[in-house]
Amino acid sequence: MADLHTTVGSLALPTPVLTASGCAAAGRELAPFVDLATIGGVVTKSIMAEPRSGRPTPRMVETPSGMLNSIGLQGPGVEVFLAEDLPWLLDQGARAVVSLAGGSTAEFVRLARRLARAWDDGLRPAAVEVNISCPNVANRGLVFACDPHSSAEVVRAVREALPPELPAWAKLSPDVTDIVAIAAAALDAGADALSLVNTTLGMAIDHTTLRPTLGGVTGGLSGPAIRPLALRCVYQVAAAFPGVPLVGIGGIRTGWDAVEFLAAGASAVQVGTVIFHDPSAPARVADQIGHALDDLGLACVSDAVGAAHRGLPGQERR
Amino acid sequence: MTGPGTPPGTAPTGPVQRRCTVVRVGRVAAYTRLRLAAPEIGALARPGQFVAFAVGGPTTSLLLRRAVAIYRADAHGVEVVVSAHGPGTHWLTGRHEGDELDVVGPLGRPFPDPDRPGSAVVVGGGYGTAALVGLTARLRAQGRTVTAVLGAATAERLFGAADLEGLGAEVLVSTDDGSAGTRGLVTTLLAGSTGAAAVAEAAAVYACGPMPMLAATAGLAATAGVPCWCSVEESMACGIGVCMTCVLPVVGDDGRTRMLRSCVAGPTFDGSAVRWADVGTVPPDTVGAPAAAGAGH
Repeated sequence: MADLHTTVGSLALPTPVLTASGCAAAGRELAPFVDLATIGGVVTKSIMAEPRSGRPTPRMVETPSGMLNSIGLQGPGVEVFLAEDLPWLLDQGARAVVSLAGGSTAEFVRLARRLARAWDDGLRPAAVEVNISCPNVANRGLVFACDPHSSAEVVRAVREALPPELPAWAKLSPDVTDIVAIAAAALDAGADALSLVNTTLGMAIDHTTLRPTLGGVTGGLSGPAIRPLALRCVYQVAAAFPGVPLVGIGGIRTGWDAVEFLAAGASAVQVGTVIFHDPSAPARVADQIGHALDDLGLACVSDAVGAAHRGLPGQERR
Repeated sequence: MTGPGTPPGTAPTGPVQRRCTVVRVGRVAAYTRLRLAAPEIGALARPGQFVAFAVGGPTTSLLLRRAVAIYRADAHGVEVVVSAHGPGTHWLTGRHEGDELDVVGPLGRPFPDPDRPGSAVVVGGGYGTAALVGLTARLRAQGRTVTAVLGAATAERLFGAADLEGLGAEVLVSTDDGSAGTRGLVTTLLAGSTGAAAVAEAAAVYACGPMPMLAATAGLAATAGVPCWCSVEESMACGIGVCMTCVLPVVGDDGRTRMLRSCVAGPTFDGSAVRWADVGTVPPDTVGAPAAAGAGH
């Protein structure tokens, strides 16, 4: 089978398939179903500075080929994460990507500094993903990632606070007019890679009350329903910034779905909603990528990366 | 789909994901019984646990798992009772013998045994009684007297009375429309003289059914000073603890309220710890509630 090793910038991964933030907790609950050490990596649920209760229920609505979620970043806070969750995840041999979320630039900086101290104490994740795009916060989903200046401010501050060896990925929102402008701002601010994309804001109406179904009124839409939208974002950013490391996210369910993202320009992908459907998906999708690459006659992942822009090896367009 | 933590020839100790063959389909009143060849899940399962099904087939647009309580479990497999109320459960009830289903289980915390000798009361609403059958068998095997108080909207939606009678339980029945047993709510029957007497002398009360029934049962048990274990039915996306959708406010041993996942912290909860009146909200005194954590941005 084709070689599944890949890289995201300086980070080497055994397969291109990681878990998406918010879809694997901190890995522990997924361990009965998938070997965390052999999948590409585990992106943790976003960590905040303090414990957070999240939003009221209902927090979820099934939608055609997707779902809305309105969790609201429920979590135990960074201290519990560093004391209990991250050490466990690293002990499993997993490549841990720590997702950070903050309500302000100052909170992001506080988190990044805390991770830097943990790094010095030997707690060394593979990367950090800066979640500037969670829609389940106040202000009608107007997240940092909707504005290039806000995006750049957070990414620059986090990048400066983290150890230089620790890659910082910026996770962007598809809910913008020009994803390339936001990507440019994040890269200029020092992002080592871009994760594309977070959920897109949506809602549902209850058929008995005609009120919004979700306790949080609006929620993030995910799943195969948003895959073409996510793929377009990856393609546009890859076209604008050839060679920049991209991680493709959005409705990936099968190996061929993932190969589409590789072709669009991502060198790795994350699977999210499909884990709810199939907890073994992070391993299954990687296996299917191998078979798809075999079918294409490609020897390795990098042969497929960016093929939508330049053609397959030996058939490059000018 | 073998468990990665499970070397060949070793029995798994936690939940597994398996493709399981449907070996029997039966209609019982308004419900469908599905029996699955699932030896590992059956061997691990304890009363009060559940399984989570993928629905709709390989190209389904229904991505979320359907969590269903385990009705019976043995070394060959498990049996569940499904109520068709949406497209996913309609698909499940349309399965035939020989079909394969993607099943994850057993999941969740089982019912604990009573912490002292004595009788027990089980309270079931509709097909919720399915979750109490294995428990009742265990309680009876311990030599305990069991009183079962069962209710449903109609006789057609009652489940499990014959099973529980067969296990030697004393069974009281109510229906909202009076089509079987006493007319009225199951919790009214539970609060009546026979039910209340059974609760008063019980070592534990167990309940599975709709939230208002669980809330009322927990209240009656608390008034009588009897421990009460409630199996909640919150909607879940995954069933394994990763999606964080199935939360409800529960008071911990430290007296603080947290939003706990009903799939991994439950579905069985101490009825006196759940803040029933606040289900569907995040009470302001919850750990990390917006008032305490700031409004975010």
